Amino acid sequence: MDDDSRLPISPQAAQRVLLGAALGFLLVFFVPRLDGLAALWDLLRDAIAGLPGFVVDVIDYYRAAPGEQVAYSALVGAIFGAVTTALVAGVFDPARFAQGRTWLAVLAGAGAGALGAQILMYPAQHCTYAPDIDGAQFRVGLVVTALGALALLVPVWTLLRGRPGARVQHVAGHFKRSPLPYVFLVPTVIILAVFLYYPAAQIMLVSLRRKIFPLPQERFACMQNYVDLASDAVYRNSFASTLYITLFVVLFSLAIALAIAVLASQKVKWAGVYRTLLVWPYAISPVVTGVIFLSMFREGGAGLLNWALGSTLGITPGWLTDKDLAPWVIVAASVWNLLGFNVLFYIAGLQNIPTDLLEAASLDGAGRVRRFWRITFPLLSPFTFFLLVTNVTYSFYGIYGVVDTLTPQGGPRFGPGGESGATNVLIFKLYKDAFDTGAPAGLGAAQAVVLFVMVATFTVLQFRFLERRVTYEG
Amino acid sequence: MNRRPRYGIHLALIVVCLGMACPALYALQVSTLTLEEAFTIPPKLFPPSTDFVSNVRTLFDGQHFGRLIANTLTVALVVVVGKTAFAMLAGLAFVYFQFPGKWMLFFFVLLTLLMPTELLLVPLSNLIADLQWASDDPQLALTMPFLASALGVFLFRQHFRNIPRELLEAAQIDGAGPLRYLLWVLLPMSWNVIGAHAVIQFISMWHQYAWPIFLQLSPEDQLIQVGVRNSVISGTQTDFGLLMAAGVVASIPPLVFFVLLQKQFMSGFALMRDK
Repeated sequence: MDDDSRLPISPQAAQRVLLGAALGFLLVFFVPRLDGLAALWDLLRDAIAGLPGFVVDVIDYYRAAPGEQVAYSALVGAIFGAVTTALVAGVFDPARFAQGRTWLAVLAGAGAGALGAQILMYPAQHCTYAPDIDGAQFRVGLVVTALGALALLVPVWTLLRGRPGARVQHVAGHFKRSPLPYVFLVPTVIILAVFLYYPAAQIMLVSLRRKIFPLPQERFACMQNYVDLASDAVYRNSFASTLYITLFVVLFSLAIALAIAVLASQKVKWAGVYRTLLVWPYAISPVVTGVIFLSMFREGGAGLLNWALGSTLGITPGWLTDKDLAPWVIVAASVWNLLGFNVLFYIAGLQNIPTDLLEAASLDGAGRVRRFWRITFPLLSPFTFFLLVTNVTYSFYGIYGVVDTLTPQGGPRFGPGGESGATNVLIFKLYKDAFDTGAPAGLGAAQAVVLFVMVATFTVLQFRFLERRVTYEG
Repeated sequence: MNRRPRYGIHLALIVVCLGMACPALYALQVSTLTLEEAFTIPPKLFPPSTDFVSNVRTLFDGQHFGRLIANTLTVALVVVVGKTAFAMLAGLAFVYFQFPGKWMLFFFVLLTLLMPTELLLVPLSNLIADLQWASDDPQLALTMPFLASALGVFLFRQHFRNIPRELLEAAQIDGAGPLRYLLWVLLPMSWNVIGAHAVIQFISMWHQYAWPIFLQLSPEDQLIQVGVRNSVISGTQTDFGLLMAAGVVASIPPLVFFVLLQKQFMSGFALMRDK
């Protein structure tokens, strides 16, 4: 805002121009597309019209459902809810948790668990609690029950923890009651419901279906897809290479970025210029990163790296054809791609550290290294956690552009029969299977759900951590 | 404390900057080479050759890079502007109103943090097929699913919460309604957050790659990253000069956008940290 005074027109006028341009741009884009939006409107109207039918279906299902299976699922959910609530109540301030009445909290947890279990067990038709189910599917069913229970338990915990004062604090300073907030939330809610919730529900339903010979269409198959995934050698290799690549991408990109950020935070002349020169790779896409590294690592004398290695050490490794080296090319490209973003946030974090603390420690005789590990690094932990999550997410999804350009076939083959690829990471396999029209949709959906649960777990853990930090800082 | 110039640090910083720029400098050099030059041994690392312009011309004439860049720019800007508008409205509702179901609606938004679009491309493309957007209006298919996100709502909710409530009381005394308050009080105080949000959204839209492939659009409706990937598919030998030129051309717009808004980006997140 301090720059505004230098503008030739007043900030108010500039703002009006910008606002008008933005709204005009949106109008020019959307007005000719009203027909397309009408299709969305029809879809929504049909969905809303179908809601009563859905409720009737649910009621009919529970009326006719095998009572024992429903009871088992509720029991498993309730036990899970009670135990986890007791654990959570112990971890957080027990006096504040449900005002100290732990038994009440545990009871609420059991109820939420039993009810929450139905969120996932209803679409699965309680099939994993059927008497003739095999052990593997039953175990998957237990996990699914617990996940469903968690969906209700997490909000219940938030309620039970109660934040004294949170309510009182914000009573003042609101607009008076009106239907306006609902109007403001309509676009966000519609887009999230149609383009995220609906496909997410779809993918879970599809993951329960598969082709059962001889019928051509897919039919309900309980957890069979998940059980098959777990025993599929190609999928297991893909899983392992994802973890392997993710581990090294995250480790190197964070460590190198932190070192660079510490260097760039020194008070020297032209620090701003150096910063810009260090963070710009954030704007380079994974695809472009992939093609650059493809050219650098290509074989034959014309590749940059093999020319350098060949003329100095006399070795010319087959970077993209050796199954042990190809993942490292992916790691190198991804680390370079992530570096700018990580340096950016670490520099922001380092600026945030109070210098008086460091000076006090310095007066106490703490050396540079000691000050870094005892003060700087712990104070950077929120940034490290944020970057950890974004980098893991990148290694799980964003990496697709890098992998697809560097190793379009999923990397050098290995494994018995050579059906696994060394860089055939989960997201790459997921997309390749989706493009392959012959591949079973149910198996693909199950892969997506597993990946989804992995990242969701990670994201929730990060939230818990950040929340606790906020609590400690008071 | 330390007044003398610190040559050691300057030297280290210059080395690091150069090291980081190395792949990009290499790409710039290769983008000037002809098909034959890109395969000479040893690699031609200096001086730049003469083919950059002709490589770029090939991309724009033969592979409609002009169309692709225009498509991507439109899609990215629509998402940036639309998402900012929707997220600000949602932030306004969550921070300045009390209404039944607020907590549930907030949880509804929060939960979408766990639903990455990247994993939903198959059902999403089926949905788009039902709406007939991929065939009739690819730009709608490329923008609509990205017009709302938990991240944007959080960013603005957090920012609005840190704005002193006294401003609202003053505005209410002047008789300002919610929309006027948003436009004339909150907006002028939010440019840094808007800038930070815009950078993230613009760059993530510019990097869209898997989603446009899933939509199976015709070549001239595609986005730029797909264009880069496909720029050398026709031909037996990879034309690295052409490929690097494609990479360079595709990287210029996001680089410009990022460097211009870099300051806003940094301070936008600095504001978020305050509380």
